[in-house]
Amino acid sequence: MNRMSWFNAVSLTLGFAFLYIPMVILVIFSFNESKLVTVWAGFSTKWYGELLQNEAFLNAAWVTLKVAVFSSTLATVLGTIAAYVLVRGGRFMGRTLFSGMIYAPLVMPEVITGLSLLLLFIGIGLDRGVFTIVLAHTTFAMCYVSVVVSSRLVTFDRSLEEAALDLGCSASEAFRLVTLPIIAPAVISGWLLAFTLSLDDLVIASFTSGPSATTLPIKIFSAVRLGVSPEINALSTIMIAIVTVGVITASLVTKHQVAKQKREEMEAVRT
Amino acid sequence: MIHFQNVTKRYGEFTAIDNLTIDIYEREFYALLGPSGCGKTTLMRMLAGFETPTEGTIHLAGQDIAPVPPNKRAVNMMFQSYALFPHLSVWENIAFGLKREKMPKHDIDDRVDEMLRLTRLEKFARRKPHQISGGQRQRVALARSLAKHPKLLLLDEPLGALDKKLRQETQFELMDIQEKTGTTFVIVTHDQEEAMTVASRVAVMDHGKIIQVATPDRIYETPNSVYVADFIGDVNLIEGTAKPNGSDVYAMSWHEGHEPLAVQSPNGFSDGQKCHLAIRPEKVSISADKPEAADNAVQGRILDIAYLGNISTYHVELPTGAVIKAQAANTRRIARRAFTWEDTVWLSWTATAGVLLAD
Repeated sequence: MNRMSWFNAVSLTLGFAFLYIPMVILVIFSFNESKLVTVWAGFSTKWYGELLQNEAFLNAAWVTLKVAVFSSTLATVLGTIAAYVLVRGGRFMGRTLFSGMIYAPLVMPEVITGLSLLLLFIGIGLDRGVFTIVLAHTTFAMCYVSVVVSSRLVTFDRSLEEAALDLGCSASEAFRLVTLPIIAPAVISGWLLAFTLSLDDLVIASFTSGPSATTLPIKIFSAVRLGVSPEINALSTIMIAIVTVGVITASLVTKHQVAKQKREEMEAVRT
Repeated sequence: MIHFQNVTKRYGEFTAIDNLTIDIYEREFYALLGPSGCGKTTLMRMLAGFETPTEGTIHLAGQDIAPVPPNKRAVNMMFQSYALFPHLSVWENIAFGLKREKMPKHDIDDRVDEMLRLTRLEKFARRKPHQISGGQRQRVALARSLAKHPKLLLLDEPLGALDKKLRQETQFELMDIQEKTGTTFVIVTHDQEEAMTVASRVAVMDHGKIIQVATPDRIYETPNSVYVADFIGDVNLIEGTAKPNGSDVYAMSWHEGHEPLAVQSPNGFSDGQKCHLAIRPEKVSISADKPEAADNAVQGRILDIAYLGNISTYHVELPTGAVIKAQAANTRRIARRAFTWEDTVWLSWTATAGVLLAD
């Protein structure tokens, strides 16, 4: 391979430094002995220990996880159905309007989404808590799911469904036995997207959460307003680690599958 | 077995099928042949149940099939793209329709094995569709659509994705399988050679209408219209006016100063009626001297020679400017060929060689 020119090397270094220096600093200071965030006083993991003792943080983490799992699951079901109808439903009245409306929340400022949901919940007298956050997250995540799933459905060979009908399936069996297994990767990545969106949402959650339920991003945000503590650094480091492991695993699995498919196709040509 | 009665299908303003009435018989291999957009695929999709006729009725074994949904019809279809389920193995693909019938597990195993044997796919039962070649996929699609013992099998351009050699082999396989299973096959194709090879009857379509239905040899030898003559194979068309000259015999005057052509035709023409003589290139002989016994002979100049190995096609320009194609088998080596470019030659054919068609 050619040696990289100095210009490229500098650009690469600067770019990555810009992206990662803040996070690296955060990780380093999470291992700081001192309580003062900006003064280095030696290596220690004591803040991780203290984090595990902190009821409030653990509670918030648990709430966040619950909200993320429920809302992403609900959003995936609704988003997949919406995508299916919009792509497959033929030209029913107002189809263009509907498909436009399903994408609108993607560009809507989160503050407005949050505020309107808050007004709705107050209006119908719903107590704010885990349930309302789940509803709110489902609302905005299902648009993302429906975008991901419908882009897969557009390239889906329609005759596969017709073949299923032809071989004796009812419409719902055809969806369950043929369409769903084939679009499963898109549905799963839609779920993952919804899950991450729910995990790190601050704005909408802060509108729709109540005193009984606080999510982790809200907790961190309010804690930081009182001053950055090393505990927060430790918590953030853990989150970075989880995300990193997740991303690396996902890419390794994808790479493995692509390689496997290629290998099998080569074998098919040979035999 | 299948009866289309005055079937019309419109998409908005566009008429895909125009007041069509046909019959397809039991155990027949029926080909729908026509250029793309002639309505042949629409016709097939109506049989499968994916389209409903705007007007008219379709009867299958005496029953009106309009209210029967696709999954309840004793009709199976082999799709152009094969539509194999990518997440299922070859075995599971073939078993798919049988499982929907709630067939006992043991019978499913037997039936799938039988289909695998019929299509010579035993070795590939556990593979996924992306792990087998195009020809094998085509056979899986055929096995899957035959597994349920359909009364009628529809084939939508089944061989379109295969290369020429594999296609020819597969055509014979298809005929073999059709004979073994005794199923009625309806095949849609735009490839006239394919239709002529596999089918027992060919229906030539154009603009949503059936132009002619006949056996392949009758379609070729006695087309009923200029369209069919032109669509099937290569043909020379000579325009002229008919003059009855005894029973079924006509003298066709085609150009001033030239002797009229003698044609025998079962189709009746009145005196002075405009008509076309359609004659296949292989039925036109080419010679250096004027043949004595020929019914018709015209002189011309060789414009072009297409050498195809086993035969050569000569394009001969007549003094009128018309170009007639004549084919001759290359029984001698090319170096010893009697004619070359710019030679003056005689073309001749018998009175029964061509057919006389109305305008």
